[in-house]
Amino acid sequence: MGKGWCLFFLFWPVAAVASCAMAPFVNWSFPYDNAQAASNLGIRIDGLFYLILVITAIVFIGTQAVLVYALWRSVNNREKRAMHIHGNHKLELIWSIIPGVILLFLSIYQMNIWADFRIKKYFPEAAVKAPLAEVTARQFEWRFRYPAIGKKLQQKPQSDDLYSVNELHVPFGKPVLIQLRSDDVQHSFFLPALRVKQDALPGLQIPVWFEANKPGIYDLVCAELCGWGHYKMKAHVIVESDGEYQKYLKNLTQKQFYDGLGKIASKDSSRESEAAEK
Amino acid sequence: MSVLNHPPTGLQPILKPQAHHAPGNFITKYIFSTDHKIIAVQFLFTTLLMMIVGGALALAVRWQLAFPWESMPIVGPWLFAAEGGQISPEFYTMLFTMHATVMIFLVIIPILAGTFGNFLIPLMIGADDMAFPKLNMLSYWFMWPAIACFGLSFAYAGGPAAGWTSYPILADLAQAAPGSGNAQTLWLFGVTFIGFSSMMGSINYMTTIINMRAPGMTFFRLPMTIWGLFITAILQAFALPVLTAGGFMQVADRLLGTCFFYPSGLVINNAAPTVGGGQALLWQHLFWFYSHPAVYIMLLPVMGMVSDMLSCMCRKPLFGYKPMVISMSAIASLGFIVWGHHMYTSGMNPAVGMAFMVATMMIALPSAVKTFNWTATIWGGKLEFNTVTLNCIAFLSMFIVGGLSGIFMAAVPVDVYFHDTYFIVAHFHYVLFGATLFGVFAAIQFWFPKMFGRMMNEKLGKTHFVLTFIGANGTFFPMHFLGMQGMPRRYADPYLHGYLEHLVPMNQFMTISAIIMGLAQILLFINIFYSMFWGPKAGRNPWNATTLEWAAPSPPGHGNFDFVPMIYHGPNEYAVENGDKDFLMQSEKECLPPDKKHETDTDETETSE
Repeated sequence: MGKGWCLFFLFWPVAAVASCAMAPFVNWSFPYDNAQAASNLGIRIDGLFYLILVITAIVFIGTQAVLVYALWRSVNNREKRAMHIHGNHKLELIWSIIPGVILLFLSIYQMNIWADFRIKKYFPEAAVKAPLAEVTARQFEWRFRYPAIGKKLQQKPQSDDLYSVNELHVPFGKPVLIQLRSDDVQHSFFLPALRVKQDALPGLQIPVWFEANKPGIYDLVCAELCGWGHYKMKAHVIVESDGEYQKYLKNLTQKQFYDGLGKIASKDSSRESEAAEK
Repeated sequence: MSVLNHPPTGLQPILKPQAHHAPGNFITKYIFSTDHKIIAVQFLFTTLLMMIVGGALALAVRWQLAFPWESMPIVGPWLFAAEGGQISPEFYTMLFTMHATVMIFLVIIPILAGTFGNFLIPLMIGADDMAFPKLNMLSYWFMWPAIACFGLSFAYAGGPAAGWTSYPILADLAQAAPGSGNAQTLWLFGVTFIGFSSMMGSINYMTTIINMRAPGMTFFRLPMTIWGLFITAILQAFALPVLTAGGFMQVADRLLGTCFFYPSGLVINNAAPTVGGGQALLWQHLFWFYSHPAVYIMLLPVMGMVSDMLSCMCRKPLFGYKPMVISMSAIASLGFIVWGHHMYTSGMNPAVGMAFMVATMMIALPSAVKTFNWTATIWGGKLEFNTVTLNCIAFLSMFIVGGLSGIFMAAVPVDVYFHDTYFIVAHFHYVLFGATLFGVFAAIQFWFPKMFGRMMNEKLGKTHFVLTFIGANGTFFPMHFLGMQGMPRRYADPYLHGYLEHLVPMNQFMTISAIIMGLAQILLFINIFYSMFWGPKAGRNPWNATTLEWAAPSPPGHGNFDFVPMIYHGPNEYAVENGDKDFLMQSEKECLPPDKKHETDTDETETSE
């Protein structure tokens, strides 16, 4: 019976490793058919993930194999009594120091990525100077406020701001910064394709930057429980070329300020000239 | 099966009657009992009952994830006749909130501290009862107001809807989650009551362990079980007041409008803008300051119990007793400075996140040391695969997964992606189910003869183990893949989002595994109730174990010991050379020479002496 149980405890780690190995091929790994992250920072984060994956996989296979082997040995122990040993100082030192060093290496190794991602001092300057939009989460939708074309995003909403709901357009190839806030409860801005997640805290405005490196339509979901409709905060982030993005903004301006008589352009241009005078 | 047939050398039988009076009638003996063993059994049955409730809630959650918006079998048409048996999203929120609440506050914490803490502490250290027997009784009876509050909030008041973490603003302002008005308040009272219960327990355990150890029982002769329970009690005593204070602040916010946790200017559900001045982040700090140590409260006692059981089953001293104690203390003390790793994405200062990251990485180290020591304990042992062993190995095998997946979560940039996805759900289920519950199954099987004087059935135990183990891995391992795909947790219908649509079959597989796992628990209950009455009678020491409780009669009478316990050795003296048997009990001075055999007389004759 001992053999059967050893095989039993061997079987499941093997199944686990096998399913992990086939994950990328059957679409169980990162989203969008295991696509690479759509941002350079995301690719670095994935790199860190794969590094940890390799280390943990080695440890997992090692410990499980030793465990099963130890089980095998003890079950088939023909000695009259078990080994009389209370411990081994040297072994304890070895298996404290080696994992300690690996863990310390991992913690130092990741600091740069985290600093680039979240610490304001390291944010790309271009993005900080001209935030793209303000993102407001509320039960249960995402609202976006862009500044008028050629203007900067102000803290307070302006009369010529552009608005959209559940659809954020972003140019690719340059870092963008959004100001994240919440109208009511806590939400979380989660862009799986770009490996970005940031909670929207009521009462605070949190800057989040990211840089998409390829065009596409990506899902934007809420990752912090925000009420019964948490699951249906469905939105998209549309990453497009700068030209298309400008075109989108123009369209949005036209739609928003259309007075029903086809006089959008004049209103728009007069506002622009006003702004220029100022 | 050899029984401890003789009064161990150097012990004197107790001649004078018990110090405190014996229990009187049925009510003082079995219901309002102050005997730690009865209280432990009360805790055991209450928590097992709650485990059924929590498991049923989990199955309902799994049903919705596998077959969204389809009528729930059996209970669906009866519960939600109006919706055609569907689970509504509001109800789904209540389901996962209550699943976590019940499993954490009413199953795992009380079954460890309440059942095994109560039962084992006095028996293992050689005390006749707890230091404060009445407080002990109160700690059990304070569970019931908690259960009542949770039950009322779920069934009567419309359900708490903010998850077990109860994050403001959702939990803080009634208008944020319509229908949760009184429910959330009741839920908070429930948490407070269960907090009282744990606190009374932990004070009692600390006092008992410090003051009531038998002569010779020095701290470094305490069994690992006691170390686990002792450190847990300290953790509870230091961390719990913070949660209780936070809970009262949230209740005050809800009932008195004190605005600890909400800022001004929120427009919630079209109500008038709030006037506040508080900060939602404060709750998260208070909550996780308790709830991260709580993770270790739910793990350390099991680590201790598994150390003792594994050592006994391998017939080999525990490898590295002192490193085990030190690493346990390291986990506990580091456990107080890692709460921020639940908050990497919360908007707290990212530099602070970095500090928490380093501490979190370091807490993996003592866990690794413990894992290596357990494996080394098995190495060169003389093992027999019985139910206890199997559950202990499952503990170890699954704890490795839970520990390793924790490293991903500790790494801040990676955690940003995995935060609040199914990856974290996989991680803590591997720790809390994989490690803790398998450890508990082993402990029930192991100490059952001491509790009830009868052995549990091996065949039923093994079948239960196999089904549970397969079911657990089938349910929890694919969760890693869901997390990789970026499936957020707490979604009533994740398939609404295009990138998650293809995950339905995987979720169905997991649900089927979960149902197998749920059904397997029926075997556990059959085993417990059958063995209580018809199991083979166990002698004093059916496992040939060394710790003190096995020198007492099974079940121990009022006052526990029929001799004066004296301690001569460390807790795991197995594989003794040149002795008549391969173990040396803590209460035995020395082994008899190998050639001299004891005469076998039965337990009954001994007690009648």
